[in-house]
Amino acid sequence: MKKYAAMYGAWALVFIVFPLILIFLYSFNGSASMAFDNFEFSLANYEAFFNPLYLKIFVNSVAVALISTVVCLAIGYPVAYTIANMAPSLRQNVILLFIIPMWMNFLLRTYAWMAILGNNGVLNRALGLLGIGPLDLMYNMNAVMIGMIYNFLPFMVLPIYTVLLKIDPKLIEAAKDLGANGRETFWRVIVPLSLPGVYTGITMVFIPAISTFVISNLLGGKNIYLIGNLIDQQFSFAGNWGFGSAVAMILIFILLVALFFGNTDKENGGGVL
Amino acid sequence: MKKFANRALLALVFIFLYAPIVTLMVYSFNNSRLRGRWAGFTLKWYQNLFENPTILEALKNTLVVAVIATLVATILGTVAAIGIYEMRGRSKQALLNMNYIPVLNPDIVTAVALMGLFGLFQLKFGLLTLTMSHIVFCTPYVVLSVLPKLTQMNDNTVEAALDLGATPREAMTHVIIPQIKPGIVTGALMAFTLSLDDFVVSYFTTGHGVSNLSITIYTMARKGINPSINAISTIMFVVLLVLLVIINKKTMKEEEV
Repeated sequence: MKKYAAMYGAWALVFIVFPLILIFLYSFNGSASMAFDNFEFSLANYEAFFNPLYLKIFVNSVAVALISTVVCLAIGYPVAYTIANMAPSLRQNVILLFIIPMWMNFLLRTYAWMAILGNNGVLNRALGLLGIGPLDLMYNMNAVMIGMIYNFLPFMVLPIYTVLLKIDPKLIEAAKDLGANGRETFWRVIVPLSLPGVYTGITMVFIPAISTFVISNLLGGKNIYLIGNLIDQQFSFAGNWGFGSAVAMILIFILLVALFFGNTDKENGGGVL
Repeated sequence: MKKFANRALLALVFIFLYAPIVTLMVYSFNNSRLRGRWAGFTLKWYQNLFENPTILEALKNTLVVAVIATLVATILGTVAAIGIYEMRGRSKQALLNMNYIPVLNPDIVTAVALMGLFGLFQLKFGLLTLTMSHIVFCTPYVVLSVLPKLTQMNDNTVEAALDLGATPREAMTHVIIPQIKPGIVTGALMAFTLSLDDFVVSYFTTGHGVSNLSITIYTMARKGINPSINAISTIMFVVLLVLLVIINKKTMKEEEV
């Protein structure tokens, strides 16, 4: 049955690895055309990125992604912990309630935030009844951040929850028997054992957060421009595949750095699968 | 007291998660095109839905792509997982790593890379390229959900079947497949939902005039969405919800047995 593996290997080379090699090659193409006929090797696409304008986009994207990840972790860990400590029948239903929202199209859910945060939105109308506002809630960094936390929070909660469930209750009992109080047990036993789930959660939030262009486009309007938007624009409108590919390669580089620090342990890690 | 604080946080998070969904559902019954203004209850958006060719076409594309992609990805992923399971050493690790690329890669990078591939081969962008890319990003998830089931399987049963004179094909259909079925079902479900929900890859790999629901919503979002989209999403959400609850009930029962 090893021939199946060879078959899939060939498939993966053609559809997974080769396209990335293409992007890598495009990123060194000096001529803006999409064909390889007039390929000229150049570093101009990477040099172009060191323009202050693009560097600012880069810094903004990293900052937004980092803050979203931290907030997701700060909310997600206690949530996962609370659910994992519920009675088994109850926690299964509660975690289901967590997954259900993901079954509605993510664009539509993001669009719904426009209906909530907009000038005539639900929130401003509610505030209006209290005599406050209308506040400018949309088309700024906060709106983009809300959209990201909203969309990516389940990716933080689910892996942490899975890992917490796997912790052997005997270890917690042992800690208590040995005289640890609740706080000590939590910080010295539960948290260290749940770290693989935390790492998975961090990468699973950080990577989509740094590369999104949909959320920043819908909720940030023209005011917020992230790396994802830059790539989108180069491929969809500007037709500059070389520069777009270079930015995509920079994104892959950030991803590799994040994975290095995330140290995801695939064998024992708290993958969502 | 601490427990109370945790439960309160959980409640707040649930309000946060469901607020947009409730908003959309409520607006699907709103007798006004404008969001933010309630003008009475109506079912007209549900009626309009069946007269709106753009939305119906997008729905058809979404479903056709999701069904084909799920079928192909499930078969390919299952077969691949069986092959990978039998492998050892470096080549196994290499294949597993390749399989992880689409899972970890930002979807926009996968999207533009596939766009480059189809462009190089001068394929006509449309339904075909759209379906192919969905197969590409769905298959690794099937592999990843089937592999653990293979590891849990007792190898001796396969050997026993072969010793008793089963051909490899028979061993596959009668011994291996039944044992890894839960993994295959999970993988297929995951592929289907991923495909239904995808926007980024679809957006870059489809051609002019061929859009799915996500692309239609994206193009509409800036100008103001036709409330019929809210209606169709409400329907899809309810259908998927019922399906999910049924599947969940069934697996819970199976676990009890």
